[in-house]
Amino acid sequence: MPTVPAASTAPAPLPASLLLLADSRLPTGAHVHSGGLEPAAAAGRVRTVAALAEFLRGRLATAGLVAAAFAAAAAAECARPEPRWAAFDAELDARTPSPAQREASRAQGRALLRTAHTVWPAPALAALAAASPGGAHHPLALGAAAHAAAPEHAPAHAALLAASAAVTGPASAAVRLLALDPLAVHGVLAELAPSVDAVAAEARAVPDSPAELPAVSAPALDVHAELHRGQRLRLFES
Amino acid sequence: MGANHEHDPHHPAPAAGRALRLGIGGPVGGGKTALVAALCRVLREDFALAVVTNDIYTTEDADFLHRTGVLAPERISAVRTGCCPHTAIRDDITANLDAVEAHESRLGPLDLVIVESGGDNLTASFSQGLADRQIFVLDVAGGDKVPRKGGPGVTLADLLVINKIDLASRVGADLDVMTSDADHVREGRPVIATSVREHPDVPEIASWVRAQIAWWRANQAAGGAELAGSGHAH
Ligand SMILES: Nc1nc2c(ncn2[C@@H]2O[C@H](COP(=O)(O)OP(=O)(O)OP(=O)(O)O)[C@@H](O)[C@H]2O)c(=O)[nH]1
Ligand SMILES: [Mg+2]
Repeated sequence: MPTVPAASTAPAPLPASLLLLADSRLPTGAHVHSGGLEPAAAAGRVRTVAALAEFLRGRLATAGLVAAAFAAAAAAECARPEPRWAAFDAELDARTPSPAQREASRAQGRALLRTAHTVWPAPALAALAAASPGGAHHPLALGAAAHAAAPEHAPAHAALLAASAAVTGPASAAVRLLALDPLAVHGVLAELAPSVDAVAAEARAVPDSPAELPAVSAPALDVHAELHRGQRLRLFES
Repeated sequence: MGANHEHDPHHPAPAAGRALRLGIGGPVGGGKTALVAALCRVLREDFALAVVTNDIYTTEDADFLHRTGVLAPERISAVRTGCCPHTAIRDDITANLDAVEAHESRLGPLDLVIVESGGDNLTASFSQGLADRQIFVLDVAGGDKVPRKGGPGVTLADLLVINKIDLASRVGADLDVMTSDADHVREGRPVIATSVREHPDVPEIASWVRAQIAWWRANQAAGGAELAGSGHAH
C-alpha cells in the first residue's frame, strides 16, 4: 500500500496564481520586446542556437540577476507600510544607462501593472503605479505582481520569475525572428534552468537598502539597445 | 510605446468618455492604408481623429499616411508587433491600447481612433477590448474564393469591404460570387464592394462610419450603459 506523505513534510507546490504570472500568454505586451535579441541578431551576433545559448547565458548573469534581485526586493517591499518606490526607481535607473532600455523597462512595467491590477486588484499595485508616473520599471512591477498574486514566499517567487523571464523572452523572440528550431531552443532553456535557479537563489537575499542590490552590467546590451532604437527596420520595440 | 507617461493605467477611460475605436484589418495589400487615408480625408473636417498603425516590418503605413498629409503627424503613430500582428490586435492588445490611450491623453477628446492592423491572414480579428467596431478589407485580386473560406474577419467583421473591384475583370474574379458568398456567412452584416482607387471619397464606407460614430455618441449621451452590448448600428 502506498503511503501518503504527511502534509507538513511535503514541499509547498507553486500556487496556481503564480503560474498565471509566469505564463507568456498573460497579456502584458511582452511579446513586442526581444530583450536585446533583435539588435544582437541584426549585428550578426546571434544566428544559431549555439549563439543564442551564449547570448542568454550572458543576459541571465547580468540583466537577469539585476532584474531578479530587484523583483525579489520589490516583492518584499510590498509588505512594508511605506514602500520606498522612489529609491528603488532611482537605483534601477542608475543600473540602466541606456535610455532605450529604461523606456522599454517602464513600458513593460506599466503594462504589467495594468494587467496585474485588473487580475489581482491589490492596493500595493495601485500604489506602485501612482508612485511611478513614467511607468514602473519592469522588475518592480513583477515583484509587486508576484506579491499580489501570492504573498507567501513572494520574494523567492519574484526572483525566479524575473530570472526565468530574462531568458525565455529573448528565446521566444529568437524563434519568431530567426525561425530557430523551437525544440532546440527549449533544449537550451532546459540546459539553462539550473543557472536560472542559481541566479534566482542569489537574488532572493534582500538587503536592507536598495542601493546594496546587485549592479552588474552588460555594456553590449546597452549599446545594442541604443542602436536598435534608431533602426527603421525592426520588428520588436526593444 | 513609452511616449505615454501621463495616464494612470488603473483608471482606463470609461467607455462613455472616449472615442469610438475602429479596427481595420485584412490580408496584406488589400487596401487598408488606402482606406484609412480616404476615411481621414473625408472625416477630418467633422471629427477629431487619430490613427494607430501596426506595421509588420517598418513604419511603412505610418510613413505613407504622413506623406499623404491626411492628418497632422502627431495624430498618427505606429506600434511594432514582435512578428505577431494578430497577437497585437487580439491576444495581447497592450501595445495598441497604450498607443490609443497615448493619443487620447495627448490630443484631448477624440471622436474616432482608427487602428490599422498589420496585413495578416483570414483568422485575424480585433479583440473587443481594443476595437468597438471593425472593418475587414479583402482584395478582389486575392481571388473570388476568399469570402467562401470564411474566418472571423470575413464572417464577423461589422463591415466587410471587398476592395479593388476595378481589377476584377483583369484577374477574372466574379464579384457576384464574392458578395453572395460573403452574404451567405455574414448573417446580414453589411458588405460593400468598391474601389478605393477609383472612388477615393469612399462614400458608402464613410457614411457607415458616420453612423457608427453617431450611434456611439448617442449611447455616450445616454450614459454609455449599453455600450458593451449588442446594439450594432448598421
Ligand atoms: N487597383 C487598385 N489598387 C488599389 C486599390 N486600393 C489600394 N490599392 C493599391 O494596393 C496597394 C496596397 O494598398 P495598401 O493600402 O497599402 O494596402 P494595405 O492593406 O494597407 O497593405 P499592408 O498594410 O501592407 O497589409 C497600393 O499600391 C494601393 O495603391 C484599389 O481600389 N484598386
Ligand atoms: Mg497598410
